[in-house]
Amino acid sequence: MSGVRVLVGTHKGAFVLTSDGKRKSWDVSGPHFGGWEIYHVKGSPVDPNRIYASQSSDWFGQVVHRSDDGGKNWQTVGNEFKYEGQAGTHKWYDDTDHPWEFKRVWHFEPSLTDPDTVYAGVEDAGLFRSSDAGATWREVPGLRKHATGPTWHPGAGGLCLHTILLDPSDPKRMYIAISAAGTFRTDDGGETWKPINRGLHSDFMPDPEAEVGHCVHRIAMHPSNPNVLFMQKHWDVMRSDNAGESWQEVSGNLPTDFGFVIDVHAHEPETIYVVPIKSDSEHYPPDGQLRVYRSRSGGNEWEALTKGLPERDCYVNILRDSMSVDKLDPCGVYFGTTGGQVYASADAGDSWEAIARDLPAVFSVEVQTLS
Amino acid sequence: MIRVVLPYHLRMLAHVGKEVGIEVDGPVTPRAIIDALEAEYPMLRGTIRDHATGERRPMLRYFAFGEDVTHESQDDPLPDEVASGREPFRIVGAIAGG
Repeated sequence: MSGVRVLVGTHKGAFVLTSDGKRKSWDVSGPHFGGWEIYHVKGSPVDPNRIYASQSSDWFGQVVHRSDDGGKNWQTVGNEFKYEGQAGTHKWYDDTDHPWEFKRVWHFEPSLTDPDTVYAGVEDAGLFRSSDAGATWREVPGLRKHATGPTWHPGAGGLCLHTILLDPSDPKRMYIAISAAGTFRTDDGGETWKPINRGLHSDFMPDPEAEVGHCVHRIAMHPSNPNVLFMQKHWDVMRSDNAGESWQEVSGNLPTDFGFVIDVHAHEPETIYVVPIKSDSEHYPPDGQLRVYRSRSGGNEWEALTKGLPERDCYVNILRDSMSVDKLDPCGVYFGTTGGQVYASADAGDSWEAIARDLPAVFSVEVQTLS
Repeated sequence: MIRVVLPYHLRMLAHVGKEVGIEVDGPVTPRAIIDALEAEYPMLRGTIRDHATGERRPMLRYFAFGEDVTHESQDDPLPDEVASGREPFRIVGAIAGG
């Protein structure tokens, strides 16, 4: 019997929503870690019962939890994220030098092959790896020591490494994205990194097409086609057909190309989803209408998906890690809002329903397809 | 036995009640208490003092026998009332946020 487990991180705890393969009725457990900010919760693709959760607060710092039974029970694991060598400086908002300081884990990316190996993307931007199920963490230092590192500036949410994509066809290739440095790729397991931002244009930068400095909000990949990447940038929806060597804009007929999330249909590598947000100054949907936009052509041509979504007076945001898909047929699509709703579509976006309506502000949504 | 009162969220994290009892070897100082607390409850490591700097987190304060000792030397002996266990050492979170 197939099923789905939705892992939701919120401003005040984590929630686990479960359903059978029909995805009609949902059980909600939580809050886990009530009262704490849960930036991200993600399960291992190798062992779905192995789940990692990032818990943090301004009072008590970072805590990491691991579950080995699908989220029923949790144990604290290692929470020491120490930068390798001299931490050095990056740029602050006012262009002064600012020491590199660990603040929190934004994103966990469990290995595609080993349930004990997991990557963590952190603020201030760094990539860490654990090979003992989270007990200890070591920085993957090549990234932060890239020659451009001292020039990286934080985005509005901090200098955060928020996206990690592992290439299923090449265990040494990995992509990461940092706000506001841009996207980087390694082809040697993390030893060296290359900025891959050619084709991006950011008007807020002194040189709008500089090698680094772009505020990339999210990148996504379909596992069957890992050389094709999709990006929701601060403004602009982009795609790359050559593993990030160059990018082209595919915003097409979107009502606005600002937004945070982007994801790919589980079975159709050219079907992608975004949620347009009005602007960088007004973080809510245009005209108070919450609409997911779907392109079946890998961009440029977009259709609004409205059935079941609020058509008026909706002023929530959808944060960058808050969209995910399941692998059932038809593909399920899920996203969470800062208003505490989690919306789900069991028909690839044609129709939607709120499977949770009154949670704290949603920071992240990840979906596990269970067999 | 030294008595330590923890803020709510650290109690939840350590799976304990409002107050815990710990043994401290040598002079009873704020540093010695936090060292012993972290040894007894490893899940609290990094939550009271920053891992990288060893410094108290800025939104926490320490109280001993009615006195705010947050900004005193972390190696100064605490009052006999705390060292003897008659009064608890209190770790207090800032009342802030939403």
